[in-house]
Amino acid sequence: MQPFPLSPVATPLIFERSKPGRGGTRVPRPIAAKRAADVLPKAALRRDPPRLPEVPEFEVMRHFVELSLKNHHVDRALYPLGSCTMKYNPKVNEDMARLPGLAGLHPFTPDAACQGALELMHTLGEWLKDIAGMDAITLQPAAGAQGEMTGIFLIAAYHRSRKDTARKTVIIPDSAHGTNPATAALAGFTVKAIKSDARGQMDLATLKAALGPDTAALMLTLPNTVGRFETEVTEIARLVHEAGALLYVDGANMNALMGVVRPGDCGADAMHFNLHKTFSTPHGGGGPGSGPVAVKQHLEPFLPVPVLAKEGGAYVRQWDRPQSIGKLHGYGGNFGMHVRAYTYIAMLGREGIRETAQAAVLNANYLAARIEKTYPMPYGRGLHECVATGTPFKDQYGVKTLDIAKRLLDYGFHAPTVYFPLIVHEALMIEPTETATRDELDRFADTLLTIAREAKEQPELVTGAPRLTPVSRFDEAEAARNPNVRYAFGQ
Amino acid sequence: MSKIPDDLVFTEEHEYVQQTDQPGVVTVGITDYAQGELGDVVYVDLPKPGAKFGKMEPFGTIEAVKAVSELFCPVAGEIVEVNDGIEGDPSVINKDPYGGGWMIRLRVKNPKDLDELLSPKDYAAHIGQ
Repeated sequence: MQPFPLSPVATPLIFERSKPGRGGTRVPRPIAAKRAADVLPKAALRRDPPRLPEVPEFEVMRHFVELSLKNHHVDRALYPLGSCTMKYNPKVNEDMARLPGLAGLHPFTPDAACQGALELMHTLGEWLKDIAGMDAITLQPAAGAQGEMTGIFLIAAYHRSRKDTARKTVIIPDSAHGTNPATAALAGFTVKAIKSDARGQMDLATLKAALGPDTAALMLTLPNTVGRFETEVTEIARLVHEAGALLYVDGANMNALMGVVRPGDCGADAMHFNLHKTFSTPHGGGGPGSGPVAVKQHLEPFLPVPVLAKEGGAYVRQWDRPQSIGKLHGYGGNFGMHVRAYTYIAMLGREGIRETAQAAVLNANYLAARIEKTYPMPYGRGLHECVATGTPFKDQYGVKTLDIAKRLLDYGFHAPTVYFPLIVHEALMIEPTETATRDELDRFADTLLTIAREAKEQPELVTGAPRLTPVSRFDEAEAARNPNVRYAFGQ
Repeated sequence: MSKIPDDLVFTEEHEYVQQTDQPGVVTVGITDYAQGELGDVVYVDLPKPGAKFGKMEPFGTIEAVKAVSELFCPVAGEIVEVNDGIEGDPSVINKDPYGGGWMIRLRVKNPKDLDELLSPKDYAAHIGQ
């Protein structure tokens, strides 16, 4: 199925649809005894009333439906954003999350009155521990970056508990996710970046030289951002542990590994999942995300409270955990996402989870095989994603990776991740996921090859793209330097 | 082809070092190649005068539309002056990296450190030019 074309006409702002007196809603008179002006200090009162758009209900509806039709999403077409795992979200997930007993549950419900919900969370935790090869888990973190922060806090608490306070450094390879250094810095550590080798993997000699009595942890993205599995991961783990440090695995790319390789078996002490990537909960548009963190036994005492446990026949939320790093998220985390991920795993089963990872890897490799002669891949084929370079097009025809990405929009595809990872020049990072048919992969590959021909024969077609979208190139530099997000009301 | 002035020395991370009239004080910025790879610079975060940095320790951050990078201090030393102007108008870094786009002036701690930096010829080879 070819993605349907976008409307080439820009949608006016809702303010531009506004006409005085045209609003269709009668706002009830306030029932409060006092007006804002009676109770608020003068400085807190606005000088002018807000200029809300005056638009009837049917115009509001048409406005937002039009915008939604212009939006690109996983229900519309391929969304091959590398390292983001933009897979299709099965609609049965939504049905389950909307069951009244789950959707209407008040977060203050006592444990005894919400045993079903706690059982669901506990079971999801057991399944994720099984996939991770770990001993304990928290479902609280709101997304991947908060999961990383949780993991690094746990590792810091572990070292503190052993009075091992000289460990101030976290080692991170240059093939890691960009959030890893930010996490380590936010948690108060100094980041030591180390270079990957020619394979795009960690070099053991470089790691050995970086490890020392000041090392708190190594953060390893597995597979890494060039899609490579760290084939020496067990030796990496051994070296890290020998130095007295712990191994954190960024599990954002678990779609390549689930059901096949367990980070816990490779020697990892802690890892996070991204339910909104690997386990098909909504990604983007506010999600919200969910980033459970699974750990080995020696980190279990430090898990955030409350810890969900089974005592006798009942599920309870334990608060009496003196070594806990504290609370991370309101209530139990993003519970609606736990329901969706539970549904996804339950629908797939053990075999299905494994086959999903295999299909994701197969799809990425099929796509790589179709385009690699035209779009070279400096580190070769990867697992679940392929990272190509646009350098030949830049050098020969003056067509940059950004231009290729923009041209893809004209063909109805979302662009892949570009200019990341930083270790690949002019990077195009493509992750088709398992939710693309061979036909769709072929269409995407054909489109990339067509754009490569255009770059050679009519480069201005590509450098001037997109042409078929409601608006063409934005001045992204100007927008970042001088952001202006306030509508000027026709001034 | 990126410009590589003859009178500068370089780091592998694409910072340049220029001798000033003042003995022991050098000017540091990023190379023409670096600004070209980064694209339009939208933000730069520089330290305050008086701050001290070790060799190849990050002294600031540079943000372009497509990526954020750290700025590395080519040699150990103390900041004596910062180009405040580029924080307000970072586009100068793209237009004139070796002139108006300079970033910091640094009092060098160990002059011998300067000998370890790349010559223009070595830097050209490093960027495949």
